[in-house]
Amino acid sequence: MIHDSQMMSDMLVSEPTTTAPTALANVSRRAMLGGMGALVLALSWRDSAKAEDKTNEPKKFGADAMPHGWQDDPKVFVAIAPDGTVTVTCHRAEMGQGVRTSIAFVVADELEATWDKVKVTQAWGDETRFGNQDTDGSRSLRHFFQHLRHAGAAARLMLVQAAAKQWNVPVSEVRAENHVVTHAKSKRTLGYGEIAAAAAELPVPARESVTLKESKDFKYIGKGKIGLVDNRDITTGKAVYGLDTKIDGMLYALVARPPVFGGKVASYDDTEAKKVAGVVKIFKIDAPEAPVEFQPLGGVAVIAKNTWAAMKAREALKITWDDGPNATYDSVAFRGELEKAARAPGKVVRNQGDVDGAMAKAKKRVEAEYFVPHLVQAPMEPPAAVVRIRDGFCEAWACTQAPQATHDRLAKKLNLAADKVRVNQTLLGGGFGRKSKPDYVLEAALCSQAVDGAPVKLTWTREDDLHHGYYHTISVERLEAGLDDKGMPVAWLHRSAAPTIGSIFAAGAKNELPFELGMGLTNTPFDVPNIRLENPAADAHVRIGWFRSVSNIPHAFAIQSFVSELAHEAGRDPKEYLLALIGPDRKIDPTTLGDVWNYGEDPARYPIDTGRLRGVIEAAAKGIGWGRKMAKNTGLGIAGHYSFVTHTAVAAEVEVGAKGEVVVKRVDIAVDCGPQVNPERIRSQMEGAVVMGMGLALSAEITFKDGRAQQNNFDGYEITRIDAAPKEIHVHLLPNPNFSGPLGGVGEPGVPPVAPAIANAIFAATGRRIRQLPIRDQLSA
Amino acid sequence: MIKLTVNGAERSFDGDPDMPLLWYLRDEVGLTGTKFGCGQALCGACTIHVGGTAVRGCVTPVSAAEGQAVVTIEGLSPDGNHPVQAAWRDLNVAQCGYCQCGQMMQAASLLTDTPKPTDAQIDEAMSGNLCRCGTYPRIRAAIHQAAGQAAPAAKGERL
Repeated sequence: MIHDSQMMSDMLVSEPTTTAPTALANVSRRAMLGGMGALVLALSWRDSAKAEDKTNEPKKFGADAMPHGWQDDPKVFVAIAPDGTVTVTCHRAEMGQGVRTSIAFVVADELEATWDKVKVTQAWGDETRFGNQDTDGSRSLRHFFQHLRHAGAAARLMLVQAAAKQWNVPVSEVRAENHVVTHAKSKRTLGYGEIAAAAAELPVPARESVTLKESKDFKYIGKGKIGLVDNRDITTGKAVYGLDTKIDGMLYALVARPPVFGGKVASYDDTEAKKVAGVVKIFKIDAPEAPVEFQPLGGVAVIAKNTWAAMKAREALKITWDDGPNATYDSVAFRGELEKAARAPGKVVRNQGDVDGAMAKAKKRVEAEYFVPHLVQAPMEPPAAVVRIRDGFCEAWACTQAPQATHDRLAKKLNLAADKVRVNQTLLGGGFGRKSKPDYVLEAALCSQAVDGAPVKLTWTREDDLHHGYYHTISVERLEAGLDDKGMPVAWLHRSAAPTIGSIFAAGAKNELPFELGMGLTNTPFDVPNIRLENPAADAHVRIGWFRSVSNIPHAFAIQSFVSELAHEAGRDPKEYLLALIGPDRKIDPTTLGDVWNYGEDPARYPIDTGRLRGVIEAAAKGIGWGRKMAKNTGLGIAGHYSFVTHTAVAAEVEVGAKGEVVVKRVDIAVDCGPQVNPERIRSQMEGAVVMGMGLALSAEITFKDGRAQQNNFDGYEITRIDAAPKEIHVHLLPNPNFSGPLGGVGEPGVPPVAPAIANAIFAATGRRIRQLPIRDQLSA
Repeated sequence: MIKLTVNGAERSFDGDPDMPLLWYLRDEVGLTGTKFGCGQALCGACTIHVGGTAVRGCVTPVSAAEGQAVVTIEGLSPDGNHPVQAAWRDLNVAQCGYCQCGQMMQAASLLTDTPKPTDAQIDEAMSGNLCRCGTYPRIRAAIHQAAGQAAPAAKGERL
């Protein structure tokens, strides 16, 4: 998932090169370390980026390239009370990744704060103050780890400087450790709380003058010993999510939205609805102009004195809808259109060598098509927000992944100055990309406006969430390979047909954007001489949006399944075949693969590292006991995938029962995400990714008929339950002690390899190939 | 007028008797530990105890609790240290945490009936409680850890 403005800038990026790029860069580690390789990579980046680089400014990467960049000001992130309590401000959304805990202990470690004296407070939406706050794209620690270390270390230095000044001794003789500042020579000490006020008077030291700890001295970073800061609140029901905000005089709202995307209210009769006790106001919300972006979908809003009354009144509304241009959208028929598109040439997004020539000369040709349906994020807490408009000031409380984007759109919608809007961020009961789009907060604002600015809580029901989502795309991936006499591909053709997220920002957009292509399509690092990747056009008939791992899901499912199919054709072990296809260890500049995006990261600092990809594949295989003798109807499958600048592999053990029921018995997931700031949470993210990946592999799907989503609730949209979850999930973290090195993402990279690993295990167990998700009862016949 | 107790405190309600306990607790009593996830008894986020039995608050009308003792996560233990709460913290079960109140209420009910549940019994009792973050392996481990540790009576369940 990426930020909209980031995406908008990506939309301006020129097309990836369609002429044959240079052969895969083979940059050795020594060359990288020596600087020469980095320079070469940088030059090749400059060359490929020249077309879109109109400003002649150096291209920015990582947090530098995000809207409002980053901050490391200790006065922004650290407050120390006279009693010594340290309060760390968390500026990223907590949605289960443990970021409030991780950010707090990163700062506390560098500050030399004692953990039991540390508290966390949540930032409001203000990127000028806090730096970028868009919590998506698996970026929080990747972008802010070093900057937050600086904030903590600068605060520590200020405490030392203040004590030295008070004692009239050189700064170099004063140490800060475990919440105490000490001058050893004179045996004087001061608690942090005692010197904090004096320290706060000092100027913030220049970044260059701040010394970070050596990683051997870390107390919390990398240890995985710190429990969640919100544990007690979560386990006692005190944790406040978006749906839990309480404001005096608050009213409760629901909206009946057009059942078809692009539709609007033709007429409505609220006679019966108004009779429901507790109803305060019913009003129409206009349908948005295209492109829909994050605007409310329109409909009829009901405001009442409690949620139940609003629900009953909404049910009593009689609305005639004008369904608009998507009234005939049928996702089953649409799959046929995508297949047709994928069987014809499309826009070339990477072209290396001569695929057609090599295909013609190949010993054997193999082709397969893979289908992944629409999905919806379905966080357990549906979208919800409270908005109040008082004395020309709008205040929102929202479970949002994007507080600044929410702030900006509220200001625009309400025609208020930027400083007349404040967005307070609650905990998120899950996000998965849904809560990057603040349409629901805008709805709450319209409701508040309709009742003279009174505070209104706007709730989405689960049906609303499933019927009016920002859905994961729907896709057909067609792969063709020409094999040599050893069964290895000499030609590789992949066509990816899927409606684009760009369609919510530019109506009628039909092709995947660089960031979608760069999610495991263009940047597939296979050692094949002739490769052509194409992206046929596809129309969007619903709102397409980010879903955890985004386009990596269909790309990884198709590619990693196809590799296993080719291994079978070649009569080779799937793991050995996958490693052979990845080829020798090398670092590849992703721009040479036509990936101009690379998750927004510097291709020199974040090359695709096939050695690390091999490493995770081997670790997952070793974990599950690859090659062991399997019982009847039981098999092992494997998949490896690079996403969010992290390398991940999954090995799955699956048993298929007599009626075709699939039991995922064990999953080993191996991840190389660079240095591990919070290994405990990395493990939990990987465990969760396995469960979510299983759900979309086995049972989850949103279909449309007559433009309407056919699933209403968790009976139709089936996500994994505890009885189906693997009894054993083993997470293998590949060690990386270099805490000055680049961090990879964690929240999303675990999901993509899960479905293909399960599908490949099913093939090993039964000889039956899965080319369509979800699997459901495909094996029952 | 419907009379009931919530976490030991006597309450009366003269609103819509069809209002589900979920919304009564959240909007009228102000106890938001009971969560809304589906409204159709499909996810278990709203699990509470009525008369000592785990029920889904989203489909149980407040009228059904007439004369009954209702216990929510806020009243599961006097100090927040019910064995399931302690085990949930000890194993860092939660990710986003939203579903976990319902999970713990269901798990506490399971352990009352079955102090040492097997994996199959955990599956049976807990499969109505969804977690989109996928914390199931830790939920299972936490139930095993909490099993057998004597649970103090919840507020208001000692009628």
